[in-house]
Amino acid sequence: MPYVPHSPEETREMLEVIGVNSVDDLFAEIPIELRPKSFNLPKGMSEMAVLEKMEKIAARNTTNLTSFLGAGFYDHFIPTAVDALISRSEFYTAYTPYQPEASQGTLQAIFEYQTAMARLLDLPYANASVYDGGTALYEATLMAVRKTKRRKIIVSEALNPIYRVMLDSYTTNLNLELITVPHNHGRTNIKSLTAIIDKDTAAVIVQNPNFFGSVNDFTDLFTTVHEHKAIAIMSTYPVLQSVLKTPGQMGADIAVAEGQSIGQPLSFGGPYLGVMTCSKALVRQMPGRMAGRTEDGEGKTGYVLTLQAREQHIRRQKATSNICSNQALCALRTLIHLCLLGEEGMRRTAGLSIERAHYAADRLTSIDGVELFTKGPFGNEFAVTLPVNAFEVIDKLTERGIIPGFPLGRYYEGLENGLLIACTEKTTEEQIGIFAEILRGTL
Amino acid sequence: MKTVFKKSVPGREGVWPEKPKSKIEDFIPADMLRESSGMPSLSELDVVRHFTKLSMKNFGVDSNFYPLGSCTMKYNPKFTEQVAALPGFARLHPVISQLKGAGRHCQGALEVVFETERMLSELCGMADFTMHPMAGAHGELTGVMLIAAYHRDKGNKKTKIICPDSAHGTNPASAAIAGYDVVSVESHDGIITPEALAEVLDDEVAAVMMTCPNTLGLFETHLPEIVKMIHEKDALLYYDGANMNAIMGKMRVGDAGFDVVHLNLHKTLATPHGGGGPGSGPVGVCEKLTPFLPISRVKKLEDGQYYLDYDAPKSIGYVAPFYGNFGVYLKAYAYMLRLGREGLTRATENAVLSANYMRKRLEDDYEIPYNRICMHEFVASAVKQAKNGVRALDVAKALLDKGHHAPTIYFPQIVKECMMFEPTETESKETLDQFLDDMIEIARLSDSDPDFIKNAPTTLSVSRLDETKAARDMVITDDIE
Ligand SMILES: Cc1ncc(COP(=O)(O)O)c(C=O)c1O
Repeated sequence: MPYVPHSPEETREMLEVIGVNSVDDLFAEIPIELRPKSFNLPKGMSEMAVLEKMEKIAARNTTNLTSFLGAGFYDHFIPTAVDALISRSEFYTAYTPYQPEASQGTLQAIFEYQTAMARLLDLPYANASVYDGGTALYEATLMAVRKTKRRKIIVSEALNPIYRVMLDSYTTNLNLELITVPHNHGRTNIKSLTAIIDKDTAAVIVQNPNFFGSVNDFTDLFTTVHEHKAIAIMSTYPVLQSVLKTPGQMGADIAVAEGQSIGQPLSFGGPYLGVMTCSKALVRQMPGRMAGRTEDGEGKTGYVLTLQAREQHIRRQKATSNICSNQALCALRTLIHLCLLGEEGMRRTAGLSIERAHYAADRLTSIDGVELFTKGPFGNEFAVTLPVNAFEVIDKLTERGIIPGFPLGRYYEGLENGLLIACTEKTTEEQIGIFAEILRGTL
Repeated sequence: MKTVFKKSVPGREGVWPEKPKSKIEDFIPADMLRESSGMPSLSELDVVRHFTKLSMKNFGVDSNFYPLGSCTMKYNPKFTEQVAALPGFARLHPVISQLKGAGRHCQGALEVVFETERMLSELCGMADFTMHPMAGAHGELTGVMLIAAYHRDKGNKKTKIICPDSAHGTNPASAAIAGYDVVSVESHDGIITPEALAEVLDDEVAAVMMTCPNTLGLFETHLPEIVKMIHEKDALLYYDGANMNAIMGKMRVGDAGFDVVHLNLHKTLATPHGGGGPGSGPVGVCEKLTPFLPISRVKKLEDGQYYLDYDAPKSIGYVAPFYGNFGVYLKAYAYMLRLGREGLTRATENAVLSANYMRKRLEDDYEIPYNRICMHEFVASAVKQAKNGVRALDVAKALLDKGHHAPTIYFPQIVKECMMFEPTETESKETLDQFLDDMIEIARLSDSDPDFIKNAPTTLSVSRLDETKAARDMVITDDIE
C-alpha cells in the first residue's frame, strides 16, 4: 500500500508491544452494529494512472478562450517565482504555527503579510486571513454588531451580489435587519445610503470600485456613519488599491478584500483568501489569527500568534469567531507576489488594467447600440448595455472564442441587456479589437 | 532577520510589466487616487532569498516528524500538487459556470465536484455532500446552519446545542455564531455516558456535536444508545470529522446514525496544511437534510453531462462564493483515487497501530490518563514531570531541540498538562522509535536536570519567546511602534 511503511515483521513487533494479536483487535471497541453496511469505493490506482485520468478530466474544461470575465475575480499575471517559493515544503507542509520557535518562517511571513495588507488598505491592523472576500465581509459585519450592540445593517446594492447572497445566508438565524439600498444606474447611491443611517445602524457596507466598476469617494458618507456611531465597512479590490484613494483616507473602520487577484490562480473558485483590516478601536473584535512581534530570553526578535484570547481554542462559545484554519499559504502567495512586483510593478499593473479597460470601453461604445452603463470614473471594469439580451450575446461570442463578460441580468432585474467587462494587464489591444469586431458583426 | 519591507531599495527593479502609455489621472480624478502604497522595491533574487531563508526557519512534515494531535500531519504525496496545477483546472474562471450553456466549458471541474461528493458519501455512508465549506470550522458552521434550517422547516423551537467538554473549541464557537446557546456535557472516564447526556438533553436541544473517536482518542462506546436518545428528542447528531483518519473502512458515520458530518480534507485526505490553510471542510448529510444543502448543486444528466442546479427553495443559500476550495479538494480526490477502498482502510489501520505502539512505549515514563486501546491518537500528561517543575510546554520545547515537532499541548482542556500525540500512518517504525527514545530521555532529564529541559529550545533560530510582551505591545505590523 502506498504511503504506509510498516512491513509485516514490524507490524508484528508493534502488536506484540501493544499486547494484542491482530490489527483487528485494535478496533474491537467499535460495536458490530456500527460497522459499515457497505464500502464500495473503487480500487486504488497507480500514480501514473491517476495523473492520466486527471489530465483527461482537466482537458474537458475550456481555458483557452479570450476572457473578459471579472465580477470580483481577476486574471492577473502571477510571477513564476511565486510558485517556486510556495513549493518550499517547509511552508506548505507545516501546520498553523503553534510552536513559534519551530515556525519563525511562517510567523514572520504572516507578520509581513499583515503589514502589506495594512499598508495597501491603509488601516493599522490586519489579521492573517479568513476564507474569502465574502466571509471577510460577514465577519466584518459581526464585528460591527458586537461593537455597536445594534442590529441594522445597511448594504449598497452595488456591493458584489455574490457577497450579498452570502450575507443573507449567514445572517438568517441572527435576528439582524439587512437593508439593501438600490444602485443608481450603476453608481453607489450615496445620498440614499446617507439618508437612512440612524441610531440603530450598526454598519454601512459599500464597495470600491463597486460591482459595476465605478470608482467612488465615500468620505462624506463615512462622516455621517460616524456621526451616528456606526461602523463603516468597505470592500475593496486590492490590485487597484495600490493607486486608489484608500479606505483609511476615506475614514473606513473596517476594510476587507478578496485577495485572489494578487497571486492566486482562478482555480474554479478557490482557494482564495479574505483580507481583513481594521482601526485600533476594533482590533479586539477581529476574528482569526494574528502574528505579533516579540523577543526571546536573549532579546532576539521573534514572532508569535498573539491576542489569542479572542479565539475559539481559548474562549470557545464566547470567541469572536469560530475560524481556526485560514488561508495561510494563499496569504503567503499574495505577500510574495506583492514583493516581486513591488511598488512600481503594482502601480503599472493597475495602470495597464485601467488603460486597457478604457480602450475597450471606447472601442465597444463606438458600436451602434452599445452604450456605457457605468457613469463617472471607473477602473479596470465597466458595464455596457447592449441592444439585445446579454446572455445570448455571451453565448454567441463564446462560440467564436471570446467570453465577452458577465451578464448583469444574472443578479439585477431589468439589466438583462447589461454586460460587465473586465480587463487586466494580460488583456491586449489586439484581443479587444477582435472582441469589438465580432460584437459589431453579431449585433 | 529584517522584514522584507526593511530590505527595500527604492528604484530597484522587480518583476515589472511594461509601462502604461497613459497616466492614471487621465482616467480617474487625482483626488480619488493615493500616493504610495508602501510596497517594497526588490529584485527577484532579493525576494527569492528572503523567503527561502524564512522557510528554513520552519519545521514541516517533509523535514520533521510532526505528531501534532488532532491535526493528522501525514505525508502529502507530491503528485497531487501536479494535479491541482494542471492549467485546465488552475486557469478556470469560476463564473464561467454561470453563463448560459456554459456548463459545457467546465464539464471536467463539475465532474470533480460531483465525483468527490459521491466518494465522500460512500466513505461516510451519507446521502450527499457539499464541497463548499472551506475548512473544518466552516463545515461546522454550515452544518449548524443546516440543522437550524431543518428545525425551522419542521416548526421546531430549538435553542440549544450540546458539546462535550472534550470538544474542540470550534464546535461551541460554531454553534454560538449560528445563534445557539451552548450546553456542555461532561465526560466520564473519557467518554460520554447516557446518564450524563440525559441530564442536559431536553426538547430544546437542536443537536449534539460529537467527535468519535473523541479528542482523547477514545471510541465513544455508548454511541448506539446515545444516537437513540438524541433522535427520540428530534435532535440531530453532528459528527466532527477531524478524526476521520481513525475509522475509514471501520465505521461509516451515516450507518452509525449521525445526521451531519464535516470532514477535514487537509487532515484525513492528505492535502497539505500550508502553515495554517487553505483547508477544505466538506459537509455530508443524511437524506432528510439534503433539501437544505447550500446552492449551487452539481447534478448529472442521464447522458453523462453535468450541470449546476440552483433550484433549491429550502436551501440555506450560499456559504461560499462558488464551490469551496476547489484546488484543495482536487488533491483529496486524486488521493482517494490513488488509495482506493483498501488503501484508505490500511491508512486507518496503521494510524491506529502506530498510536497504540507509541502509547504503550510511553506508559512507564509518562502518565497516560486513559491507558487503554486508543484509536489514531492518545493523550499523555506531564503531571509526573511537573513535580520537578517540568511542564507539558517544556517537554514540547525539548522535543523541538531533538528535531521533532511537538504534540498538541493543553488540549483537550480536561486533562492536566495534556500532550496529545497523533503519529499518522505514514511514519516508519524507526521514526517512531527515535521519537519515543527522545521522549523517554526527556522524562529522565526532567528528573536529573530539569533546568536543561526548561531552557529548551536552544538549537533553533530563537529561544523561548515572550508571548505576554507580544499581547501587551500589539505590534502586528512593521508600522506599529
Ligand atoms: C477536532 C477538531 N475539530 C475541528 C477542527 C477545525 O478544523 P479547521 O482548522 O479546519 O477549521 C479541528 C482542527 O484543529 C479539530 O482538531
